[in-house]
Amino acid sequence: MKRIWEKIIHPFKVFGRKTHTLFANIPWRKLAGWLLYPLALLFGALVALKRKIGATRFGKRLDKAWLKVLHWSGEKPETIKVASSLLAVVFGLLFGFIVMLVVDPSSAGSGFLTIILGPFQQGMRSVGDTIFYAVPIILTGLSVAFAFRTGLFNIGASGQLYVGAFVAVYIGVQWDFLGPFHWVVASLGAMLAGAAWGAIPGLLKAFRNVHEVVVSIMLNYVSIYLVNLAVRSFIFNPTLNRALGPESSAHIPTLFLENIFPRSSINIGIFITLAAVFLFHILLNRTVFGYELKSVGLNRDAARYAGMKEKRNITLSMTIAGSIAGLAGAMMYLVPGTYIRILDVPVEQGFTGIAIALLGLSAPVGVLIAGLFYGAINRGGYFAQSLYREEIVNVIIAVIIYFSALSLFTQQMIAKYINRRTKKEIQLKESEGDVG
Amino acid sequence: MIVDVFNEIVSVISYVIPVMIALMIVALGGLFSERSGTINIALEGIMVMGGFIGAIVLHYLLNNTGLHIQISVFIAMIAGAVSGMLFSFFHAFASIRMKSNQIISATALNLFAASVGVFVARTVFGYRRINVDSSYRFDVAVLSEIPILGDLLFSSAFLSTYIGIIILIAVIIILYKTRFGLRLRSCGDNPHAADSLGVDVGRMRYAGVLISGLLAGLGGVFFVVAFQNRFESDVRGFGFLALALLISGQWRPQRIFVISILFALMRVVASRSDSIMGIQAIDIPTEIFRMLPYILTILVLAFTSKTSKAPEALGEPYDTGKR
Repeated sequence: MKRIWEKIIHPFKVFGRKTHTLFANIPWRKLAGWLLYPLALLFGALVALKRKIGATRFGKRLDKAWLKVLHWSGEKPETIKVASSLLAVVFGLLFGFIVMLVVDPSSAGSGFLTIILGPFQQGMRSVGDTIFYAVPIILTGLSVAFAFRTGLFNIGASGQLYVGAFVAVYIGVQWDFLGPFHWVVASLGAMLAGAAWGAIPGLLKAFRNVHEVVVSIMLNYVSIYLVNLAVRSFIFNPTLNRALGPESSAHIPTLFLENIFPRSSINIGIFITLAAVFLFHILLNRTVFGYELKSVGLNRDAARYAGMKEKRNITLSMTIAGSIAGLAGAMMYLVPGTYIRILDVPVEQGFTGIAIALLGLSAPVGVLIAGLFYGAINRGGYFAQSLYREEIVNVIIAVIIYFSALSLFTQQMIAKYINRRTKKEIQLKESEGDVG
Repeated sequence: MIVDVFNEIVSVISYVIPVMIALMIVALGGLFSERSGTINIALEGIMVMGGFIGAIVLHYLLNNTGLHIQISVFIAMIAGAVSGMLFSFFHAFASIRMKSNQIISATALNLFAASVGVFVARTVFGYRRINVDSSYRFDVAVLSEIPILGDLLFSSAFLSTYIGIIILIAVIIILYKTRFGLRLRSCGDNPHAADSLGVDVGRMRYAGVLISGLLAGLGGVFFVVAFQNRFESDVRGFGFLALALLISGQWRPQRIFVISILFALMRVVASRSDSIMGIQAIDIPTEIFRMLPYILTILVLAFTSKTSKAPEALGEPYDTGKR
């Protein structure tokens, strides 16, 4: 048996010592124990517990409470959506855990805990860092979510962010006469640039009926090369092969936050983000303009029939989405120690934004929470580096997106379960934030 | 002087052909998926996956076996193609069976391939790069002796070139001359009509996406072998460039072939500008050449929107209830 096994894994021995130990010396029996034994134990314990407690008074009360929860969520279909989001997160984390088990079973447990408890590794410092890394992600998430709510798919947040970042850094390097308003002007410039970049797919969609996804993807790549060219021409640091850093007056101020979160990179970007979350909510849910944007997204022709300017609204909603992504660019690069580099592929924050928007169900507060979650496991990946490569976090995020794509299915499953338990039909209703 | 110019042209062409073939193969893959009605922006991710597996296999075969180099490359191509196909299954499952948003599931695949590529490469090899450095060019016996034509097409050529050309011809025949091709196209243009005539739309779309995965995975190996000589966790946006090519070619294999020459030329001019003398003389930033294919695609989209040849049911999950 052992010899057959060695023959099977023989090809893996070639990659040098590390691989050799990696694949050949995996304690497969131990691994099975790590994976199967606890699962079996857990399952057995649950069954026993259900039998034991189910019969007692406490168990019946518990069951009743659970049924009450199910009844309640049967009446509120949004809770089913939240549940499907949570399920996607659970699946993503589970997948990450299994990958860790395969790579190195002995430290999977501690590595997993490190990733989950990322923000608390260094007390307030890492909490601050978590928020700092979450800020651009929340903003790109808001950008994508805004487009979702108005019936558009903004896959171009990456390009808008990058163009915004260039303008922010350009102003940050060159216009040092602005004094205390330096960072404000730089951020506004980034928003304008992002807005202009987002307006292109919007205009093409409105007037030429071209699918905004394709144009945005193309623009992502155009933006990389355009920014590379512009950086080389205007603000290049040839010795380090990257852009110059902005003046310190253009850095986003930290205000009192550095006292609360000592030695962390946090700045007032989080307040700007919170303001953006608030404005997003007000604009979409409390104004006529927002109502029109949503109507056009739901049914372009019906909106036109009702007298709304559907072309203007499509263009504007892509423009607004672009400006939020541009702001994310300013928040990412107007900090000490981060420089625009000569890139080949789009910045990943734009695509992570899609995941965050999906997880947050395209609702502003949902996006905020999902973004903070991303910041947390991102930090966790950073702290778990000694055990696992930090790309494990991106693997987890990718699996989460995949399950978000399947959310329609998971929602049906959850609804079915609730139907069965409460013996009542519930109708899943399509709401405006749904893109599935 | 004339000889110099000729040599220059030959060297440019010898760079252009492998890039063109890689782009074309991936675009033809996208063609299968989109003609069957499923948007596939996961081409990039599938290419990464195919290139990644292909590079691992090739690395092993080169370092540990005495196999002939072209045979090793061929085996790596098969491995890449198969892994691309398996990987694309996830997109097919989500977008056809689960009727979910095709853009989202494809984005997940893109992100997954990129991060898994880096994660595994760094875990196994210690760094992002998988080296498969070797010379894969070879002279075709006898044919390379033909003057001019032999220099252009048959000397110091890649295996991928010939496979690519065979696939191009096969694709044209399959799409337009077989029953399968007709059914596949009908599922992209009018799935309800196809269904009413007894075509299994779901199965056809599965076939479309899986073939696209096969070709994109193969294209990933082509990219690794003929363009980069190593795997470095991404394919430099070639998957999206192939998507641009597919759209600029208006979902027609012949046009894709023609435009792939143009796109590849721009790419080569941009990336090999320092090794080709003729290009050094022109003083245009290379970024412009890199941008042009994408800008061209946007322009094509903008000006052909009224007469677009896109499959009519592209991106719509097939729902029997809508009949």
